[in-house]
Amino acid sequence: MNPMQTKIEEANKQGKAGLIPFLPAGFPTRDQFWKELEQLDAAGASVIEIGMPFSDPVADGPVVEKASLKCLDDGINLQWIFDGLKERKGQFNAAILLMGYLNPVYQYGLDEFAADCEAAGVSGLIIADMPIEEAGFVKEAIEPHGVALVPLVGLNTPKERMKLYAENASGFCYFVSVLGTTGQRESLPTRIKAKLTEAKEVFDIPIALGFGIKHPDQLTEFDGLLDAAVFGSALITHIEDGKSSAEFMEPWK
Amino acid sequence: MKKGYFGDFGGQFIPELLMPPLLELEEAMKTILPSEEFQTRFTQMLKENVGRPSTLTYCPRISEQLGLDLWLKREDLNHSGAHKINNTLGQGLLAKMMGKEVLLAETGAGMHGVATTVAAAMLGMKAVIYMGATDVVRQAPNVNRMRLMGAEIIAVESGTKTLKDAINEALRRWLADQENTHYCFGTAAGPYPFPDLVREFQQIISKEARQQFMDRNDGKLPDTVVACVGGGSNAIGMFHHFVPDESVKIVGVEAAGTGEPGCDDSAPLDHGSDGVLHGMKTKLLQTEEGQILPSHSVAPGLDYPGVGPEHAHLQAIGRVDYTTINDAQAINAFKMLSQQEGIIPALESSHAVAYAIEHKEELQGKSVLVCLSGRGDKDLGILDEIL
Ligand SMILES: Cc1ncc(COP(=O)(O)O)c(C=O)c1O
Repeated sequence: MNPMQTKIEEANKQGKAGLIPFLPAGFPTRDQFWKELEQLDAAGASVIEIGMPFSDPVADGPVVEKASLKCLDDGINLQWIFDGLKERKGQFNAAILLMGYLNPVYQYGLDEFAADCEAAGVSGLIIADMPIEEAGFVKEAIEPHGVALVPLVGLNTPKERMKLYAENASGFCYFVSVLGTTGQRESLPTRIKAKLTEAKEVFDIPIALGFGIKHPDQLTEFDGLLDAAVFGSALITHIEDGKSSAEFMEPWK
Repeated sequence: MKKGYFGDFGGQFIPELLMPPLLELEEAMKTILPSEEFQTRFTQMLKENVGRPSTLTYCPRISEQLGLDLWLKREDLNHSGAHKINNTLGQGLLAKMMGKEVLLAETGAGMHGVATTVAAAMLGMKAVIYMGATDVVRQAPNVNRMRLMGAEIIAVESGTKTLKDAINEALRRWLADQENTHYCFGTAAGPYPFPDLVREFQQIISKEARQQFMDRNDGKLPDTVVACVGGGSNAIGMFHHFVPDESVKIVGVEAAGTGEPGCDDSAPLDHGSDGVLHGMKTKLLQTEEGQILPSHSVAPGLDYPGVGPEHAHLQAIGRVDYTTINDAQAINAFKMLSQQEGIIPALESSHAVAYAIEHKEELQGKSVLVCLSGRGDKDLGILDEIL
C-alpha cells in the first residue's frame, strides 16, 4: 500500500481526518522551509505536500502563485528539493508528496525524476495540468519507483470520469472543493456533499478535500465523507504573518 | 495520430477541472459547427459584417523596387481591423448556440480583444477581456475601442504582464466561470480542440487567397507564401490550403525582438525547445529547468513564448520554414508599405512584409504572397515614440 494511504488511514483509525499541509518548496526561505516541514511533521501531518515552483501556475490563486514565484526567484528548483529530501530521508513520519506542473518535470527528464523521487523518499505526485488523457507516460515512468499519481477530481467531474481515474489510482484522491484556483474561501459550495458521496462510491482509496480550506470547523459538515484535508493558502498566509506552522496545526489536532 | 495531436505536438495539458468544458466544446464542434443553421449564419456574418472575401492587392511600387511580385491578402480590411474577427465570430456564434452568455478572451495587441467584443456585441453576449498591464498601455486605442463597445477589461499585473500572463488569468477565470462562459481563445494554440477550431475559422484566408491569386495569374500558384507567427492563427489560416501544393514555399516569420544577442525575443520555433504550456505540447522559450522565459517584440501580438502545435509539427516535418525578423526590420517594412503603397500595416504583419524586403535577393523574379493580418492604426502610439 502506498505510504500516503497508510498514513491517512492511521489518522482515520484514531477518529481523525488525515492532515495534508501544502508549502511551496523553499518557502518562506530556503532554511526556514525545512524547519516548517519538521514542525508540520511533529504536529501530526499525514502527508506533506511540497510545491515545485513553476513560472505559470494556472491552477493556483494569488497566494500560492506569489509564494511560488518568490521561491523561483530564490533559485529553488527540483534538484534543490531532491537534495534536501535525500538528506532528510527517513526523518519524517509523514509521507511526502510533490505537486507542480508538467513542464519542469518534463525538462528534468521523467525517468530521472522518477528515480530521484524514490531516492528522496517521495510517495506521490500531483501534476496540476495533466488530465487522465495525458497521464499515461508519467504513470508509466513513476509507478515502478513506488510513486503514485494522485488524481484530482472536482465538482464538475462526471461519475464516468471519476471511474476512469479510480481504475488504477493509488495513494489518495484529491477532491477539489471549488470550481476555481487554490485560495481560501469563506464558505464552501453546498454541492460538495453530493459530489463527495459520489466520489466515495467510486474510489476505494482515501479521499482528501482541498482548495479553499481555512479551518477545521469547515469540515464538520462533511463528516464521514472525507478522509483527509489539504490546506495551502491558509498556511502560507499564516506563515507570512510571522506565525509558526506548529501554531497553525493546533486546532486541527 | 493520437486525438488532438499534430505529430508529437498538441494535447490537452490542463487541469482536470477544465476537461468538462473542453469536452463540451469538442462535442459542439462535431454537432453544431457542421449544422446548416450554423454554417448559414456564419457565412452570412462573414459576408455582411466582416466584409469577406477580403481582397488581394498587388503592390506595384514595392514590387518594382525589390524586383519581385508582392501580393497582399488584405485581412487588415476586415471589420475591426484584423484576421482575428474570423475566429471570434465563429467561436462566438458557436458559444451562443451552445447556450453560453459570456465570451472570455485574452489579448496581446488588443485585436483579438476588440474582435471578441465585436462578436459579443453582435450576438448579444458579454465580453470579458484579460490583457497584460504592459499591453494595456502599449495598445491604448484598442483598449478604448473595447471599453466603448462594452467589454469588461482586466489588466493583468502578474508575471511578465503580457500575453502569456493574460492567458494564465483567463484560464483561471474559465475554471471558475465555466458554466455560462465560453473561452474564446485567440490563436491556433492552447489545448485541443482550440488549435483545430481556430484553424477551421481561419482557413478561409488561404481558401480565398489561393483562388484569388490563381484568378489573377493565369491559374499559377505563388512561389512563396508568408505570414507572421505569434500564436500562429493568421499563419495557419494563410498556410492551410497551400500545404499540399509542393511547389509553394511556405514561410512563417517569428519576432526576433531587438535582435541583439541574448535579447528577449518571441521566436519559440527558431530559438525554443519542446515543452508544455497553456494546455499544449509545443515549442517554447524556456530555461533548462522548464521555467517559461519572458518574450519581447515591438509588436505586442507576437509577444508570446509559445506557438500553436500545428506549426511545431509543420516545422518538424520540414513543410514550412520558420525564420525571424527583428523590431527594426519590421518598422522599416511598416514605413515602406505606408509610404510606397498607402497601406499602414499592423506591426505584427510588418514582420511578414519585412521578410520579402530582407530576402529580396533570393526572391528575385518570384511571386510572394504575404498575409497582411491587420492594420496598424493601433500601433501609431508605439511608432510616435520610435519615429
Ligand atoms: C494584426 C495581428 N497579426 C498577427 C497577430 C499574431 O497572432 P497570430 O499568430 O495568432 O495570428 C496578431 C495578434 O494579436 C495581430 O493582432
